Amino acid sequence: MADTAGEKKEYWRWQENCWIDESKDWRSAKIITAGIDVGSVSSQAVICVDGELYGFNSMRTGNNSPDSAKNAIGGVLEKSGMKLEDVHYVVGTGYGRVNVPFAHKAITEIACHARGANYMGGNGIRTILDMGGQDCKAIHCDEKGKVTNFLMNDKCAAGTGRGMEVISDLMQIPIAELGARSFDVDEEPNAVSSVCVVFAKSEALGLLKAGYSKNKVVAAYCQAMAERVVSLLERIGVEKDFFITGGIAKNPGVVKRIEKLLGIQAVQTKYDSQIAGALGAALFGYTLMQKQGAPAKAA
Amino acid sequence: MIANYGYKDGSGEYYISIDTDKCISCPAGRACLTACPKGMFEIITDDYDDEVAAVKQSFRRSLAFDCTGCKPAGGYSSLPCMTGCTPGAIKHSW
Repeated sequence: MADTAGEKKEYWRWQENCWIDESKDWRSAKIITAGIDVGSVSSQAVICVDGELYGFNSMRTGNNSPDSAKNAIGGVLEKSGMKLEDVHYVVGTGYGRVNVPFAHKAITEIACHARGANYMGGNGIRTILDMGGQDCKAIHCDEKGKVTNFLMNDKCAAGTGRGMEVISDLMQIPIAELGARSFDVDEEPNAVSSVCVVFAKSEALGLLKAGYSKNKVVAAYCQAMAERVVSLLERIGVEKDFFITGGIAKNPGVVKRIEKLLGIQAVQTKYDSQIAGALGAALFGYTLMQKQGAPAKAA
Repeated sequence: MIANYGYKDGSGEYYISIDTDKCISCPAGRACLTACPKGMFEIITDDYDDEVAAVKQSFRRSLAFDCTGCKPAGGYSSLPCMTGCTPGAIKHSW
């Protein structure tokens, strides 16, 4: 797996992303809120001005949650010319939510993903699948984005972003290309039989030895991942509109197979699917600020 | 809100579902806290500021083992947590 320079190529490494809406002027905003989602694999910071998305930064989580939170919001602050002191309220979410040193409040990622999906996909969203870095959540919500039913599986890596990263490295295919490559096969293979990432990895190696192309192995893994998460979704029941958040929402190889199994299309969005949790956190902050009245400063 | 705590693995699905709407003004006096021999339940303030029952984090990945003692093989005809929760908020998936 070494490149010509003899260095290990990181096929799993996904694109980090920082964006601000230059059509908006944060200086004229009454309420500025931020949401920080420190996940197990990635961290996102979202800034909202008067309850509207203004900017975000999505990057890989380091080995220190407070630093990851600071780095995530630091990127979007720098790009916008804003200072942390300009932000009135900060909400932390994700696994590292209690380790965001400048947050006023911590809210679970389940509630934040539902709120974020409601903003990104519209208030018709009822079922949300969050395929996170190291867990998978199935969520039902009402028209306001309030959670009515949820289920989280964080015991097993099957159906998570980390599982896809492992296959990307194993097949030596950049992770952003996996989805498209999974459709470039002569016939759709059966899913790999194991629900465990470790065993799926050894099964994938066995398929390669049996003559499967890399693309066909990836297709078999995408199908297994889709079947895995659909079984979780079926436990809480799937109701339209259906929305997928998290990094795997960017992988059409998994998304299309989920849609085929469920028989419904996932709602498309112009936003980055990975920011749903942080966006929901920022929107919670906006609601809390409206209730409190007087703007505060970041803690 | 229906909160499902637990997991699915190669051996099956193990979820404890709590209908948290029934926890608000609990008429059973939070009986779940004492009914479970292992003390698996706790009262938390959820994201919507309601005080509701939840399965403690430390038990959420080992329900298949932790609940075994209260299943029929352990000599019980009904689960103590479900019996104690008279509003019927608690359910087991297995």
